[in-house]
Amino acid sequence: MTTTATAPALSLHAAGLRFGDRTLWSGLDLAVAPGEFVAVLGPNGSGKTTLMRVLLGLLPLSEGEVRIAGAAPRRGSPEIGYVPQQQQLDPDLPLRGRDLVGLGLDGHRFGPGWARAGARRERRDRVDRALAAVGGTRYADAPVGRLSGGEQQRLRVAQALVGDPALLLCDEPLLSLDLSHQRTVTRLIDERRRSAGTAVLFVTHEINPVLPLVDRVLYLVDGRFRIGPTEQVMTSEVLSELYRTEVDVLRVRDRLVVVGAEDAEVHPEHGGIPV
Amino acid sequence: MIDRLFSLDGTLELLAEPFVQNALIACAVLGLVAGLLTPLVVSRGMAFAVHGTAELAFTGGAAALLVGLEVGLGSVVGAVVAATVFGVLGLRRRERDSVIGVLLAFGLGLGVLFLALYEGRSANRFGLLTGSIVAVDGTNLQVLGVVAVLVLLALLVVYRPLLFASTDPDVALARGVPVRSLSLVFAVLIGLVTALAVPIVGAILVLAVMIVPGAAANRVTADPVRATIVAVVIAEVSLVGGTILSLAPGLPVSAYVATIGFVAYLLCRLVARLRGRSVARA
Repeated sequence: MTTTATAPALSLHAAGLRFGDRTLWSGLDLAVAPGEFVAVLGPNGSGKTTLMRVLLGLLPLSEGEVRIAGAAPRRGSPEIGYVPQQQQLDPDLPLRGRDLVGLGLDGHRFGPGWARAGARRERRDRVDRALAAVGGTRYADAPVGRLSGGEQQRLRVAQALVGDPALLLCDEPLLSLDLSHQRTVTRLIDERRRSAGTAVLFVTHEINPVLPLVDRVLYLVDGRFRIGPTEQVMTSEVLSELYRTEVDVLRVRDRLVVVGAEDAEVHPEHGGIPV
Repeated sequence: MIDRLFSLDGTLELLAEPFVQNALIACAVLGLVAGLLTPLVVSRGMAFAVHGTAELAFTGGAAALLVGLEVGLGSVVGAVVAATVFGVLGLRRRERDSVIGVLLAFGLGLGVLFLALYEGRSANRFGLLTGSIVAVDGTNLQVLGVVAVLVLLALLVVYRPLLFASTDPDVALARGVPVRSLSLVFAVLIGLVTALAVPIVGAILVLAVMIVPGAAANRVTADPVRATIVAVVIAEVSLVGGTILSLAPGLPVSAYVATIGFVAYLLCRLVARLRGRSVARA
């Protein structure tokens, strides 16, 4: 086995982030292996989105070190795929499914888009393969704004995976999807990490849709955090300690129900990536 | 009346005139650069920003007229300053719109004042608002050519990330596209092209070339490349066709340009509708 195969897709070492005198989190150690699925949970304002921004290279750490596939994060890194939450798109937006996916491949590059015919064909093939992998070929030429939320999110997965990233960052990709579309999107992500060894960091406020996939949980609350397998983190004791209040975790058949950890207790934060 | 509006008597003779040929060349160049930008203007929801930019180009032009400078220069300065301010205001559309409204009102007020104080030929005054093909001379053509080349070169470099940032800003940002700087670059491009359009179609009708072709094209295709081609064709047909139709009647170009653009828009909506119906049947 080569060293690249064993190198973690993502590693954080003694990582901390501070805004002025407010510490979002510090002393964060995490190594995510290729193919591993890590769910990032926690109330709004606990720094989940900020962690994403660090990994995307949009924000430097205040302390510690972060490595993605062995290198420092940088803007537009090909090692990272990003799946956002479903967005309301203008039905007349002049963009087809295949354009959305293609932009995921090279949309961040400056310079003229034309290349020699061979490279163009290769690009088209890659986009076609990514579309086929999510079952999106049928609506590849439809305007994205006219597709259903589920169809849009499939395209988002294709857009994130078309560049063959080592790490897939998902920022609430299931939000506002119905149950069957949630299942489809999680299945697609699961297939990919098994077949290609793509590591997944999955930010969500609701663990149940991905519960069977989760290898480990990173739970963040107001600067405190816990990392570990689901059954060790998602317990009444651990969450009560994190929230510093009485929290109960109940297992109802194959679902986890968390009682007493309402978002309202912590600072609200806007969704998405703040500009 | 109708005879006067749609007359071609003497059009051929007029087409041989150098000033008419200048105007046609100017229109063709303007149609190209405006057509390239319009689908992005529409995607970014910047119609009002373009309108504001045009009115402030008018203010700049009027100020230049008053102090005896080149009107074209004044409108370029006015438009670029305005567009840059609107670009810096950034992405939040509601906030941007109210600031544009405020600046637009003030700019127009100043422009009206400058024109009232101006004591030269009245045709010069009116021309800024409604456009005039007589306004295009050799110097204008050179400026137009240089600016057009600049815009084309800039688009060549930034088009892909600009399309990404315009249609999918959140993911573009996550992918490291400098969304904010690009919005500024785009604003400057809009400012330049708007300033070129003002002397020809007039400040109040810049929307006819900076919005209508893109709005029409976005109706018939979601393919960004095709939308751009359709927009360029519509812009060219409106501008060149409008100029030719306006020759014999001797009426303002802008009226014809705006009308052709409007008809093209209606046709595009009709095509989209018929196509939607056939898809529904299939």
